[in-house]
Amino acid sequence: MSTIIHEFTTKIPGWRPRVKPIKLDEATPEQLDALKVTPSNTKVSDYVLVLANDVETLKVRTPLFNAIMYNRGGMGRAERELSAVGASVVNRCVYCAAVHASRYNQLTKDEQVMEAIFADGEKAELDERQKAIFLFAAKLSKAPSEATEEDMQALRDAGLKDDEILDLILSASLFGWANRLMHTLGDPVVE
Amino acid sequence: MSDLSPNDIVIAQAGIGANGSVREALEGRADIMAMTQATHDAALKPSDPGGLSHGERAALAARVARLNEDEALAAHYMALLEEAGADEAVSAMADPAHDSAGDARRAALLAYTDLVSTHPRDTTPEDIEALKSAGISDADIVRLSELNAFLAYQIRVIAGLKLMKATA
Repeated sequence: MSTIIHEFTTKIPGWRPRVKPIKLDEATPEQLDALKVTPSNTKVSDYVLVLANDVETLKVRTPLFNAIMYNRGGMGRAERELSAVGASVVNRCVYCAAVHASRYNQLTKDEQVMEAIFADGEKAELDERQKAIFLFAAKLSKAPSEATEEDMQALRDAGLKDDEILDLILSASLFGWANRLMHTLGDPVVE
Repeated sequence: MSDLSPNDIVIAQAGIGANGSVREALEGRADIMAMTQATHDAALKPSDPGGLSHGERAALAARVARLNEDEALAAHYMALLEEAGADEAVSAMADPAHDSAGDARRAALLAYTDLVSTHPRDTTPEDIEALKSAGISDADIVRLSELNAFLAYQIRVIAGLKLMKATA
């Protein structure tokens, strides 16, 4: 029997849905197309099979997610992951925080930033640029009105260019989306 | 690289003009803005709305915009509500003070929307059970969640762009 976990971790947990995933062998052609699989393919996560209940949104959302997190240019990959973690910590999405903290660690080979964030949240001791990015993502996530011109100025003072700031806004906002699916439609679990 | 659509809701709502540094940054991400617009259409006006009508979607969207103190975006969704030709009971859902008491299904949609849009960290398994108890299907729970989740994203992109513009 699996157990729900409530504490932040960089070890990626499993995910147990609270609503029914679609069954691949009963999927419509449109669902299979959105999932980019054939009925014989069994390696589709329960999360994606849950989202396939709303196939029209899933179909457009997957390429949007990939573009925001992996597009060329703009803000670096690791900083987009930091932004995702900022949102996920505020929204207490343990699953998303684990996935994106572990990607950050892989990309930077530095585990201290995530350790500090999981231990101290918005009070974490980070360098100026990391702190500006993390705090902006966290405040925008709590409520859009919490992020202020001062927070935006802190990004500019830390040397972020317009294209980087746009990627930060997009990745933090994207996790306002992802957290509301992952955190509400299922539970992070360990066996 | 594709061009930015002149009808892009997010760019219009953020008040980004035809020139300037924010516009230039957005042009570099024209693909993302186009996909954002496509997800808006998929979440608000899907060709198969399932058990969540276009009118209910527009009303919930206006409500979420108001819960986030974005009256201009709420006005956009009120126009969609009008377009959907929704009846009075559906239109009432757009007002955050209204709780649809007496209609178990709509009351559950509103309670879930209010919680997820403003306090997602406080959601529990019981919130999903409450939707099921009100007779809402698993597929419609996912549709409702996607609508709420998209709105959280859209509202934040607009707010972020406004700050970017203000400090440019």
